[in-house]
Amino acid sequence: MSTSKARWAAVTGHSLFWPVVALIALLVANTIYRPGFLSVEMKDGHLYGSLIDILRLAAPLILVGLGMTLVIATGGIDLSVGSVCAISGAIACLHISQQPDQNALGGVLVALALGVGLSLVLGVWNGALVSIIGIQPIIATLILMVAGRGLAQLITEGQIITINSEPYKAVGVGYLLTLPLAIFIAAGVALVVAAVTRRTALGMIIESVGGNAEASRLAGIRSGRITFLVYVISAVCAGIAGFMITANVSSADGNAAGLWIELDAILAVVIGGTSLAGGRFSLGGTILGALLIQTLTTTVYAMNISPQTSLLFKAVVVIAVCLIQAPAFRARFARRRPAAPAAPTAADQPKEQVPA
Amino acid sequence: MSGRQPVLTMTAISKSFPGVRALDGVDFRLFPGEVHALMGENGAGKSTLIKVLTGVYGNDAGVISLAGQQVSFSGPMQAAAAGVSTVYQEVNLCANLSVAENIFIGREPRTLGAIRWGEMRRRARDLLVKLDLHIDVTQLLGTYSLAVQQMVAIARAIDIQARVLILDEPTSSLDATEVEQLFRIMRQLRDEGIAIIFVTHFLDQVYGIADRITVLRNGRLVGEYPTAELPQLALVEKMIGKELDVLESLDEHAKRDLAAIEANTPFLQAEELGRKGSVVPFSLTIHAGEVVGLAGLLGSGRTEVARLLFGADRADHGKVAVDGKPTSLRNPIAAIGHDIAFCSENRRTEGLVGELSVRENIILAMQAARGWLRPIPRRRQDELVDKYVKALSIRPADPEIPVRNLSGGNQQKVLLARWLITEPRLLILDEPTRGIDVGAKAEIQKLVVQLSDGGMAVLFISAELEEVLRLSHKIAVMRDRQLVTELANDHTVDADRVMQTIASGTHHEGPEA
Ligand SMILES: Nc1ncnc2c1ncn2[C@@H]1O[C@H](COP(=O)(O)OP(=O)(O)OP(=O)(O)O)[C@@H](O)[C@H]1O
Ligand SMILES: [Mg+2]
Repeated sequence: MSTSKARWAAVTGHSLFWPVVALIALLVANTIYRPGFLSVEMKDGHLYGSLIDILRLAAPLILVGLGMTLVIATGGIDLSVGSVCAISGAIACLHISQQPDQNALGGVLVALALGVGLSLVLGVWNGALVSIIGIQPIIATLILMVAGRGLAQLITEGQIITINSEPYKAVGVGYLLTLPLAIFIAAGVALVVAAVTRRTALGMIIESVGGNAEASRLAGIRSGRITFLVYVISAVCAGIAGFMITANVSSADGNAAGLWIELDAILAVVIGGTSLAGGRFSLGGTILGALLIQTLTTTVYAMNISPQTSLLFKAVVVIAVCLIQAPAFRARFARRRPAAPAAPTAADQPKEQVPA
Repeated sequence: MSGRQPVLTMTAISKSFPGVRALDGVDFRLFPGEVHALMGENGAGKSTLIKVLTGVYGNDAGVISLAGQQVSFSGPMQAAAAGVSTVYQEVNLCANLSVAENIFIGREPRTLGAIRWGEMRRRARDLLVKLDLHIDVTQLLGTYSLAVQQMVAIARAIDIQARVLILDEPTSSLDATEVEQLFRIMRQLRDEGIAIIFVTHFLDQVYGIADRITVLRNGRLVGEYPTAELPQLALVEKMIGKELDVLESLDEHAKRDLAAIEANTPFLQAEELGRKGSVVPFSLTIHAGEVVGLAGLLGSGRTEVARLLFGADRADHGKVAVDGKPTSLRNPIAAIGHDIAFCSENRRTEGLVGELSVRENIILAMQAARGWLRPIPRRRQDELVDKYVKALSIRPADPEIPVRNLSGGNQQKVLLARWLITEPRLLILDEPTRGIDVGAKAEIQKLVVQLSDGGMAVLFISAELEEVLRLSHKIAVMRDRQLVTELANDHTVDADRVMQTIASGTHHEGPEA
């Protein structure tokens, strides 16, 4: 086997190869459909363009996806992230709406702290249900997924809270150094999560618990604590995403904010190469998955595909990527190709020995 | 042999994994009515050859023919349908199904699609009785020890009407009596004309049953020999490519002054420690520098004793003292806190994390003890890992590959390395040499001796009585989940005496039923 062939095999065999291909294909398709798609222009010191929009709109999904990645790596799942988004957005908007001056930075900071604090509490709730009481993650977080919507409604008293606060709006649509602020926030959180997991031993321990819980217990890992922690991280990430989602529209809607984001987040994680069975995780993969999903959503809008078919379109792309990534599918695909006939190279090599 | 046609020929088989050439142009022939031993060191390629044959892996090159027809199986199911029945090295049954279901999964007796449960249970029971195993077939498989699981896997394989039966290290956790049962059945099948491939690291077993031997080394064929023409020493030489000399120096190590060791303060004292449904309360004292062997038959409770002392299971009876101070070993963390380490016999489910690399698996326990906030510096990790990869000759020596890609024996060494780097004061070894080749086994035994000379206490469990006798200062004999007696391992003790003690326990007759 020539080395270039081997290198090519290593590239195509990489778990992120197909997501990258899909992302590039989507970008190319968009460019063909709308030649100006890739162009980015500078207006009033801000960068504008479809690519920038995709990055900005993907930010909440990236945040939720990061937390979800850790949860899934332990072999769990967190269905409540959408509700947590709604709750933290609602409490923040409620606090701001009660301020005499909605543009005062102090009030906004308190609102953000309230949102993060409440998310933390919700994460503790999830973590306790899973790790202390021992409820299956899918059921435990389903409770908050359902009840959380009610909680958000309670906070907004069934209304849509509309606010008019420039500092809060900035979280969603503001700019910093020519780029949307949301991108910096997502990147910042991603760096923090990466540092917490990869600079410490947390990442490896999470992978160990998800890869083999019993072996981890016998190696002396306090898996309960680790499990608890990832649900808290997930909820806090979702809480921050909730700010962006509500800031984008300057209003908090307990029903609509973050609706179905858990599904997109799970997809992003899976596309990013983290197995739903737990174990090895890839934060970079999840970010890539989130970008792919957001590009897909943007493409669907840009091409004026009707809402009915758009979901189908999305589903097809996602299925294709997941299938191509699946080792079983690939193995079958590889086996189909005619195997090289009994290689003479192997046969006529001398059969005797090699040092031990 | 020459007159007959081989039932199976594999010609010029090659198989590479990223970075490893696992098989390199290997030829293999198998005749009907023979037991053919496939021999080689850990990582020589034995299991890979079997997996290529049964279609678990595709081969890069080479031809396989079964009864004159070229074949290329898509997987074990298809292979079984064509008459190639396999027991893989790692028991791959479903722990959460009953024993009977495991034996008949995929080929349940049915009427009009409905499974005939009664018949299935009856047939499962009959089949196991043939192997002299009297257990409740409606129980979940996971509730039984690894040895029982291994027997169940064998029962399943022999019940499939096969032309070729492949047994990859089927005896690695069996006791002498079970091995005898298995051999009886193997001979019977052989006489019926079935061809059997048998992989083992026990040389005695090879000479007890094999007609011919094929030796692999580093993925290449060394040669094929009639057993009678290949003396044991020559076989070892062919396998390792050099002469073996470590074993001799070890003999009779243990028959040293037990008195001197017993004079030390005890490291661990268990008093009437027990757990309902697991072990009858027992008392056991282990001193620093002492190797305590646990002897007993399959299901006698050896593993359960180990698990109680490590806190893997929680005792519901009795007291423990470490360094003379009363304490509770309620969970593994508590035990690790007292510098106790435990290598489980079941490396795949209770030991290693398959996806993690060799390095990560080795440092796992040490890292867990430090807590995740204090990662072991990478340089220190590499030092430790390097040292033990060398000391235990773990191959391939690349610590960054996932541990599940290692051969069975090498995985075992990784598990051992994980606990050795924590420098425990009591090392509990449950079948540490299971699946380990002759050379490495001697190395590990030597290591146990060195460690105990250095003051480490060792609780040593092995189905191989010779090994227990060679290493232990004191042998605790288990029978029917009860510790029946302790024997000081002096000149009066030999394998026969231990067997007698096991057999003549005062408890009621018969294995657990
Ligand atoms: N799935 C895999 N991926 C990568 N490498 C593998 C894989 N399976 C086996 N190998 C490598 O192939 C070589 C042969 O392994 P194999 O399991 O066949 O050894 P073995 O002779 O059965 O050894 P043992 O006696 O320890 O069971 C080893 O170097 C092993 O690391
Ligand atoms: Mg093997």
